[in-house]
Amino acid sequence: MSEDMDPMAEIRASFFIECEELLEALQDGLQSLEENNEDDGETINIVFRAVHSIKGGAGAFGLEPLVRFAHRYETALDEVRAGRMEVTDDGLKLFFQAADHLSDLVRICRDDSELPEERSKELLKQLDALIGVDAEDEVDEEIDFQPMGLSLDLGGGGEGFTLPDLDLPPLPDLAAEDETAPSNPRKIIIFKPHRELFETANEPYHLLRNLAELGECATEILADDLPSLAEMQADRPYIGWRIELETEADEPEIASVFEFVEGLCTLEITSSTVNDVDKAPNVSSSPVEDGSAPAPAAPPVAQEITAPIDKPQEAPAPKNSEAKKTEPQKAPKVAKPPAKLASSAGSASAKQQNSAKAVVRVDLDRIERLVNLVGELVINQAMLSQSLEQAGLSPHSDAMNGLEEFQRLTRDIQDSVMMIRAQPVKSLFQRMSRIVREASAAVKKDVRLITEGENTEVDKTVIERLADPLTHMIRNAVDHGLETTEDREAAGKPGQGVVRLSASHKSGRVVIEVSDDGGGINRERVFEIAVSKGLIPEDVNLSETEIDNLLFLPGFSTAKEVSDLSGRGVGMDVVRTSIQSLGGRITIQSDPGSGTTFSISLPLTLAVLDGMVVGVAEETLVVPLNLVIETLTLDDLAVDLIRPGVMSIRVRGSFVPVYDLGVILGYRSPLQDTSGAVVLLIAHEDGQRSALMIDQIKDQRQVVIKGLDENFYRAPGIAAATILGDGQIALILDPTDIISQASQTISMCDRHSVGANS
Amino acid sequence: MTLEILAVDDSRTMRNMIRMALNTGDFEVHTADDGVHGLEVLEGLSPDAIITDINMPRMDGFGFIDAVREQDKHKSTPILVLTTESAPELKAKARNAGATGWIVKPFDPTKLIKALHMVAG
Amino acid sequence: MTETEHENNELLTFKLGNQDYALDIMSVREIRGWTKTTPMPHAPEFMRGVINLRGTVLPVMDLASRLGLPSQQTTERNVIIVVKCREALIGLLVDAVSDIISLADEDMQPPPDASGEAGANTIRSLSLIDDNMIRILQLENVVAKPESAAA
Repeated sequence: MSEDMDPMAEIRASFFIECEELLEALQDGLQSLEENNEDDGETINIVFRAVHSIKGGAGAFGLEPLVRFAHRYETALDEVRAGRMEVTDDGLKLFFQAADHLSDLVRICRDDSELPEERSKELLKQLDALIGVDAEDEVDEEIDFQPMGLSLDLGGGGEGFTLPDLDLPPLPDLAAEDETAPSNPRKIIIFKPHRELFETANEPYHLLRNLAELGECATEILADDLPSLAEMQADRPYIGWRIELETEADEPEIASVFEFVEGLCTLEITSSTVNDVDKAPNVSSSPVEDGSAPAPAAPPVAQEITAPIDKPQEAPAPKNSEAKKTEPQKAPKVAKPPAKLASSAGSASAKQQNSAKAVVRVDLDRIERLVNLVGELVINQAMLSQSLEQAGLSPHSDAMNGLEEFQRLTRDIQDSVMMIRAQPVKSLFQRMSRIVREASAAVKKDVRLITEGENTEVDKTVIERLADPLTHMIRNAVDHGLETTEDREAAGKPGQGVVRLSASHKSGRVVIEVSDDGGGINRERVFEIAVSKGLIPEDVNLSETEIDNLLFLPGFSTAKEVSDLSGRGVGMDVVRTSIQSLGGRITIQSDPGSGTTFSISLPLTLAVLDGMVVGVAEETLVVPLNLVIETLTLDDLAVDLIRPGVMSIRVRGSFVPVYDLGVILGYRSPLQDTSGAVVLLIAHEDGQRSALMIDQIKDQRQVVIKGLDENFYRAPGIAAATILGDGQIALILDPTDIISQASQTISMCDRHSVGANS
Repeated sequence: MTLEILAVDDSRTMRNMIRMALNTGDFEVHTADDGVHGLEVLEGLSPDAIITDINMPRMDGFGFIDAVREQDKHKSTPILVLTTESAPELKAKARNAGATGWIVKPFDPTKLIKALHMVAG
Repeated sequence: MTETEHENNELLTFKLGNQDYALDIMSVREIRGWTKTTPMPHAPEFMRGVINLRGTVLPVMDLASRLGLPSQQTTERNVIIVVKCREALIGLLVDAVSDIISLADEDMQPPPDASGEAGANTIRSLSLIDDNMIRILQLENVVAKPESAAA
């Protein structure tokens, strides 16, 4: 954070960041309450604390709507925490909604946008109803918690600041006091500490000094109760004070000085007349002017014998050097109920809360730069190793050995840098659980979201750019994927639909699946719609997968009327486009009656890739190495021409279709002579194999991925680009995508001679 | 005279606020994230006063006060409790646990300073 | 053409074939010589492909082709004007850069007809310098992906 930033603004900003963390903890907590309905006490504590902390901070910044809502939410949670209320499913649902709303309010307060008053009111009403409180009763309490905006006028930045002493109610106005000084009323205060006063580490001296700040005061020691030395008990206070205070302050104001010791002492405050003052005995009274005056608190005797006052009043506090370190600290006592705050180190959620890991916030741009630099390092390393090889150095030479070490280090650096950008998909998944709640409420379906693998880490950019497509898919699953409760029950399924969201790492990629246990894709209808929209000819013969894939065609939407939910002008085609722009792929798997699964497969990182550099018709391209299972020379293989333009090779007894990359990419027309050509055997995620025909393999190396956005007219099958050692740009292919495009083209052409949709 | 203060609160925002409120040159502020951490930090300190939150993970404010009071060295160290509720029971509870005083959140910097002066000079 | 005091429009002029065009200088980031482009498969003809601009991938548009002019043979003498438009960089392939000129608003007039053509909306205004017509481009519309509105 920059030095010259307004400290208040900075704290405010950090408050909102903290809020995001607290909201996440809140979601987490609620979720684990939902999953294992057993009350372990700590979970509800975490939930409560999150709301509580948000309220506390919000109060400090005068964010009244936030305070108001958080307060009542907290009240409801407290009922559960204190064991006065059981969490029902409905209650939990409400807590979730309240959490969603709270997170809205946080953002609204942060961005100063308009408040959804109605929603607040409605939820508060429900929360009140939940805990059986009449909303009217709450009004008093609300006023009790007056949020007060802090306005620290911090001029000048670094050099500290002076507190505004204008709105200091308890302190007398000095100017006013001067004017009226002679006629100030007098108060007589009798103050006798009890033993408990000392046990709570209160200190009569400080109280008297604070009292002295209210006006002119004369103090007299009341030592009537002082027993003889022999009868004295070390921990018993015996003396008291009678103070005459000439002040403008009224009784409550004087009493406020004694606020902390109320009940721990005998305290009498009375107004006195001038007469009283005259009558006052002068014995051992000493004026208390200010804090530096000799302490009247106790006579030397008393000080020696009253054990609790073991700190010499004006002596400097013992400093660190004196601190004893010889005695180990006693094991800290753990708190008492109702908050069962046992350390519960084993509980994952508690651990997450507890770990006060040192964290540095770094500007993403800086990381971006680092990633780019490491990328360049990788390229350079590759070039260097290339030139050393060309120079004919022995692989066992020192230079080559050194280079190998260099390569290893480069890899390590690269991995570490990638780790910086990697984040668990959890935050993304949490957002989705909200989408499910809202979507299911909107279409009046009972839906449960199950998430799996939320700790799977993915590049931050990927996570951010996944939010929109995933939101759409989740809405789709709720809206179109799942049947209505009645239909489900009629089909013998549980009324509650399930949407499953999972993330996992699979062979160097991240796979995210959205599945529902709905009725599956109604292929007949999909086909009908596609025909009616002119997307496909009426008499085309499509396989099931092909029909499913029609969902991805631009302009396709199955909703009869544009529903509130998924009909926002975006269809699955947009989802697919955004996934592809991340170098990912999306596939559908649907079983009639039992549901649909959308699978998104994404690269782990958007930064580097192990690639095979290949040449095709004068152009150089990169194929991701992890998808190439085998490279073969066409000459050695039995090539069958299924039809003109459609070839297959026989690999260990099975037919594998061959696609000429040069043709697919429009670099050339189909070759008459394929001798010398090389094919790359590609493994698809669904287990299928196909072969890509190229001219030659040039290299195998790590390449830095450079994204291609829409401006580039990126064609399907082109995942990204990279810069090769010679400075030229090579395109990085997505073989699966390119083959599925090509096979579609072929099958469509084949049947109807219509161009494929691209 | 500079007062040495230990502030224990699990909310970063609160810790920052306390730091800033006490950034007058009259205070030296140490912070800790919860009760357990507070005890760790306290080991090397002899603060003139301690400010603590109640609702905290691992060890809450009551547990923390108990543990502080158990140490002879800190028997008479003033402890202020930060609470959002001004409910009398809460104050009574804080006091029973050995707290010296309390500050109702959201606190006003002047009130915090006043309370500190009330208990620690 | 007389130059007025308020020369509030600084423009970079360049040639496409024998026609003169101009661009707001503020959108120009740099001018560089022609390098071989890597073609993007299935891209419209006016997209020449991508080049390496100091480590970033820069799309290059054949401006003549985009504006519906006959595309010329690309040679070493061709120039790529790198412009920034809507936060994105794009290279415009032109024949040659001519000059930097200043024009007052009143020296520029809207094109008389901007409808129906392939290059519609791409010309913001026209001006005359030494009896040569200068076509001042509306960069946003030149760069805009024609289909993108539909997608």
